[in-house]
Amino acid sequence: MKERIVGIETEYGLAYDAAGSKPQTIEEIARRLFAPVVEWGRSTNVFLTNGSRLYLDVGSHPEVATAECVDPLDLLAQDRAGVQILADLTARAQAGIRAKGGEGSIHLFRNNVDSAGNSFGCHENYLIPRRLEYARLTDHLLPFLVTRQLLSGAGHVVQGPDGARLVLSQRAEHMWEGVSSSSTRSRPMINTRDEPHADAERFRRLHVIVGDTNMAEGSTLLKTVSTHLVLSLLETGRVMPSWAIANPVKALREISTEASATTQLLLADGRTVTALEVQEYFLEAATEHARSTGMDSGVVPEVLELWARTLRAWAAQDLDPVADTLDFAAKRSLLTRYAERHGLDLGDPRVARLELAYHDVAPGAGLVPGLEQRGLLRRFTDPAAVSQARSEPPRGSRAEIRSRFLHAARRAGVDHQADWLHLKLTEEPSKTVLLTDPFATSDPAADELIQALDTLPTVHTHSTAL
Amino acid sequence: MQGQKSGWEQSKVHENEALSAIKHNRDAGVDNLLDEIDGLLETNAEQFVKGYVQKGGQ
Repeated sequence: MKERIVGIETEYGLAYDAAGSKPQTIEEIARRLFAPVVEWGRSTNVFLTNGSRLYLDVGSHPEVATAECVDPLDLLAQDRAGVQILADLTARAQAGIRAKGGEGSIHLFRNNVDSAGNSFGCHENYLIPRRLEYARLTDHLLPFLVTRQLLSGAGHVVQGPDGARLVLSQRAEHMWEGVSSSSTRSRPMINTRDEPHADAERFRRLHVIVGDTNMAEGSTLLKTVSTHLVLSLLETGRVMPSWAIANPVKALREISTEASATTQLLLADGRTVTALEVQEYFLEAATEHARSTGMDSGVVPEVLELWARTLRAWAAQDLDPVADTLDFAAKRSLLTRYAERHGLDLGDPRVARLELAYHDVAPGAGLVPGLEQRGLLRRFTDPAAVSQARSEPPRGSRAEIRSRFLHAARRAGVDHQADWLHLKLTEEPSKTVLLTDPFATSDPAADELIQALDTLPTVHTHSTAL
Repeated sequence: MQGQKSGWEQSKVHENEALSAIKHNRDAGVDNLLDEIDGLLETNAEQFVKGYVQKGGQ
């Protein structure tokens, strides 16, 4: 696919620092956080007018699933809009606690691990054609995903037998299989659960759950665009060299632990290669593919350049050239500088506290705004585009239809339900609209429904956004 | 010719100087940010980190 629908689902972690005042359970905090959502949409599981889904997942994880995006920069804007929406909910919950005399503070983390070893994810969804030979696709994709942590690992300090060290990926230790249908018990890198949320004869949704949650926009951009290009390359069905890794889970963990591109990987055919060599192959093949198919437009050339710069940095064992763009390099620079200044070991709790601050998106609690303001972390999104993405959908997908429907139904105050596939008025279930083409930006039945809503008087005059 | 750097060598020198300037600025920026949050990191860091416990997700 030259144009592809991509979406990201991010599970957030919650914490309440009581600071000596009355403690609150995470369930209580989550309930407070979602009280305005319930008031707005009568549920803790709602679709917003920007087309995204906001919900409280199992285990009291706030979660945002972005709308279906075609443009990579729209995806970044949607992802960041989700952060802002949750940050605002956090501020409201915080104010509620203060009003009742509570002195603690709520923290909201975009990361993948807590102190007890639980893991939660950042799942990527890529629309792929149904006609593909799925097993061949995932076989070829897996070596790319195993080594992709060189591009988008978020970094994590772990205690090892030789002391604390900064590993490349937060997620690596929580992966148990390459490709399977399980999700929590034996987490695979690619989840094969077949829920296309679209016409199942034409489409499939590739569900990648191996990736770290990223803070740096550069990491999210590089992660999703590189994967899209590699998928596009694999979709040609062209005969390609196999980089099938003998033991992908073992390789994933070793690359993460060594945090070095020179980790040796044993391939299924008996050869030994480095993680860097695998990435270099995919970069070269994806670059050539993008050139020959005209896909090297928009932000793609810049992403290919970033990919190349990242691999050169790993080859030179100097990540400074990407320290203002990618999570692992940015975090390493921050944590090592702090530890040096105070003469601390990386295993010191203050370093762990700093690492959590890097992932915190509660207002005033996180480091990313400060890093961006100082030019230490590059921002790719336009703030105005992010503001707009809080209530408006990305262009070029059925999220546009969903958004028009939600705006219209909310304005008219008519009870309704929407999900990825359906638009429904509660009182008129027979008129339910099914949207099976994720690329469709208009639909006759949906337009009819929306036009009927538009004839009704306005009930909600103020913003229809949450 | 001796004692003079070639254009390529000269550009390498400039590049290295530019890179070390960037690194210096980066360290200064990071220090500035760390100064701002030092108090936060000193207070109950261990308790805070241990208190971050979720139920597992997907």
